[in-house]
Amino acid sequence: MTTLFSALPIDIALSVIAYWLLLGLIGLLLQNSRIISQWIFPAGALGALILAVGAVSSLGGAVNTAVLPLGLPDLPFHLRLDSLSAFFLLLLGAAGIGISVYSAGYFRNMEGNTLGLLCFEYHVFLAAMALVFMADDAYLFMVAWETMALSSYFLVTTDHSVPEIRRAGFLYLLVAHVGAIAILMCFGVMQGGHGDYTFAAMRHAHLAPFWASATFLLALFGFGAKAGILPLHIWLPEAHPAAPSPVSALMSGIMLKTAIYGILRVTFDLLGMQLWWWGALALTLGLVTALFGVIFAAVQTDMKRLLAYSSIENIGIILVGIGLAIIFHSFHKDALAALALTATLYHALNHAFMKGLLFLGTGSVLHATGERNLGKLGGLIHRMPKLALLVLVGVLAIAGLPPLNGFVSEWLLLQAFLLSPGLPHPYLNMLIPITAAALALAAALAGYVMVKFYGVIFLGQPREDKPGEQVHDIGIMERIGLTWLALGCILLGVFPVFFILHIDYVTQMLVGQTLGSTAAQTGWMWLTPIQPERASYNPLILFLIIIIGVIFTMQVVKKFYHGRLSRGPAWDCGFPEQTSRMQDTAEGFGQPIRQIFELFFGITREVPSPFDKKPHYHGETRDLLWDWCYVPIARITETLSALIGKLQHGRIHVYLLYSFVTLLALLAFIR
Amino acid sequence: MNYSGILLQLFQDTLVVLIAPLLLGWVNQCRAWLQNRSGAGVLQPYRNLVKLFHKDAVLAHNASPLFRFTPYILFACMWLAASLVPVIATDLPLSPVVDVIALVGIFALARVFISLAAMDIGTSFGTLGARREMLVGFLAEPALLMVFFTAATISQSTSLVTIVEALAHKQFVIYPSLAFAAAAFVMVLLAENARIPVDNPSTHLELTMIHEAMILEYSARHLALIEWASALKLLAYTTIGFALFMPWGIAEVGNWRFVPLALAALFAKLLVAGAGLALLETVSAKMRIFRVPEFMGTAFLLAVLGLLIHFLLGSN
Repeated sequence: MTTLFSALPIDIALSVIAYWLLLGLIGLLLQNSRIISQWIFPAGALGALILAVGAVSSLGGAVNTAVLPLGLPDLPFHLRLDSLSAFFLLLLGAAGIGISVYSAGYFRNMEGNTLGLLCFEYHVFLAAMALVFMADDAYLFMVAWETMALSSYFLVTTDHSVPEIRRAGFLYLLVAHVGAIAILMCFGVMQGGHGDYTFAAMRHAHLAPFWASATFLLALFGFGAKAGILPLHIWLPEAHPAAPSPVSALMSGIMLKTAIYGILRVTFDLLGMQLWWWGALALTLGLVTALFGVIFAAVQTDMKRLLAYSSIENIGIILVGIGLAIIFHSFHKDALAALALTATLYHALNHAFMKGLLFLGTGSVLHATGERNLGKLGGLIHRMPKLALLVLVGVLAIAGLPPLNGFVSEWLLLQAFLLSPGLPHPYLNMLIPITAAALALAAALAGYVMVKFYGVIFLGQPREDKPGEQVHDIGIMERIGLTWLALGCILLGVFPVFFILHIDYVTQMLVGQTLGSTAAQTGWMWLTPIQPERASYNPLILFLIIIIGVIFTMQVVKKFYHGRLSRGPAWDCGFPEQTSRMQDTAEGFGQPIRQIFELFFGITREVPSPFDKKPHYHGETRDLLWDWCYVPIARITETLSALIGKLQHGRIHVYLLYSFVTLLALLAFIR
Repeated sequence: MNYSGILLQLFQDTLVVLIAPLLLGWVNQCRAWLQNRSGAGVLQPYRNLVKLFHKDAVLAHNASPLFRFTPYILFACMWLAASLVPVIATDLPLSPVVDVIALVGIFALARVFISLAAMDIGTSFGTLGARREMLVGFLAEPALLMVFFTAATISQSTSLVTIVEALAHKQFVIYPSLAFAAAAFVMVLLAENARIPVDNPSTHLELTMIHEAMILEYSARHLALIEWASALKLLAYTTIGFALFMPWGIAEVGNWRFVPLALAALFAKLLVAGAGLALLETVSAKMRIFRVPEFMGTAFLLAVLGLLIHFLLGSN
């Protein structure tokens, strides 16, 4: 029990949640766009900052619990703040600061009443996510989970006058609820027939392997629907582009991680055991998801859809890490499990920063140009140089390039793969090199995708010149928000050991081993997950060497070079009539991928005949899973509904007959 | 920190940056001989660099700062990569900074920057080159990583220095996995350094060019730096090949007397490797660009096969 006014971390977190709800209400009542954007969103960012600081201080501290007399009678809310919760609260707070500050600038031109509503939903969404991380019973968890789903649904459908957005919102809501049912069933299995739905009771319930496996599969399905694991990914590429950009950033950067949190909580904390094939399943699923996501990202022409597919890829990579951790943990190789888990958590944190940054970047592009289609953008580096620089950081980070943060987690994950020989299972020994290869392929493809993303939007010439168009660079609030996230990418990349020492508390709690003590054995600059001779990486020195190398080269060249420089038209092998339409479009840039991985796509093409006066080309790549999986399910559901619908006649005597038959049947049973 | 190590590191940094064009010149000279031409001499790359450094730079009107910075970043990355590989000695203080995975990352960083710079001007050839470079890159990068993984699982380390020490000390046994890895590595080397059959460094034919298409808009000092960086990249790849597959003659920690010997061994190996590269390029024909994915896919599969064999057979 907590007492009032004791500043336990859990109280800080709860006050932040209450504060966010209050801010949302104020925004809803005020309906003044100037006040909301100038004061309420920055105030929300302050809350996120407090939450992040509180979470850091509670990492590794004592486990805090609280019981709130809310909810139903005799069913109070149980809350708990342990290291796993604290880590994810930190993720929420740290990424939330940047996104909220950015929102203050982004939403400033929105109408008052729409903005009031949006502000309310936005802060409820933040509060619900924080509650998900802190829930300690299934009841509160589901309440928070559903609040999160509903508030984000309303955020996605902010522009509900557009039919596609309504459709995207519905799809999102549908998948979210299918997932929620699975999560509910998962909790139902886990309480083991005692009727006690607190997580504390679930930790003590010892399930038979069969029921434990059922729980894991239900959790994987339910949380997978939220995370976008194949084949439940279909809502992501629809919902992310539909939502306003800060909302996409929140959903992709943070909300997807609630599902990762859920999988980790159920697998490593609530279930007392792990079987190796769970890990193999998660590994395979994660890999398929990662490859699928990145291949589809490469052929997208809408910049936000591209990022949504890239999120699917990153969730896949995170799931691969979870799978490895489960495999190692089930064979009692806890040090290796800690390594894989650290890589997983690190990637989750990285992704919150990188994807937040990129989604917000697309928001600024959208604001400035009104265009989401990559085929109509180009050359923005000249008109939005500050944005271009900040987005470049995000692009390099997510492409997994040293010395930024995306590389650190991929490096750790690959190290975990390299340490896996000697697992006492022949199939695993065969599976693991193949998975490592596929992971490397996915990581390399991410580079392709990001060159396309950045090159087509920011580089080259504008593809469509709109006369009289005023494209302005980002404002001060947007710049602060983006800079925060970009700085996060750089710091996470350059000082990994510092962050790993904090992640240690989580791995200690989940698998009973830590990485930090080994990782930091040769000083805080050196990342050495095992022995220093086996593997070491020093991003800070690498960063400095590259910078020194660049400066040194520049100085030497400057000293010996006469420095004459003139500007002229582009040469392009002497071809005189260059137009901006001759650059690669987004489709053109993705063409090799479409050709190589043709089997993955459902491609429809309309190619004009050579004699066409007004040639028209149309190409479309479709997600085959949609046709194979969802269309049949929808058809079966419709058929079943039609069958059940036949019972409905609208005549009272038929219904009375139904009641009578039911009564007779029940009597026959009970007798 | 030992001073001999720092001295060696500085020596190697200077050495690689100076001899990189020489290797390129040697390969070109061998190619000329094989084609019954007299050739321009092994020093021609140096003359080209001097010529380029004397010229006036011309930039396109819409070149952004990214375009101007990229040659320097490229040069720094390649220089770093070449100076990290244990070329003459394993006693390199910089070596623990970057292991093989990070080395692949550095190559990827350079590739992403040059591709972005190629897209910067917005010409048709530039974007075409960028697209093709990334196409080659996304298959070459995992293949290279798998080659490294094979060597890393044999020597239980991802540090290049430890790999070299471990492999050099083993008795001369042929690892089946390393044989696959070596085949894959040669294919990756050809592709990544824009050599025939993937790319042709001495043509500007739009149907086939990759690397040259990307750097069309560069001139003078920028072009010189890029050419130099390409030479460094070739040297880095060649010496990586030596480190993995013929690690003999590299001086060990604290053994100064062997440095001259190691230097001689290095030059001998470079002579042979350069001639071999020229021979490979002369006997093979340039592929259609559509066939490149198949070529790279083969390299990737070979590398994975090597790793798989190692995992299944064990390291004995």
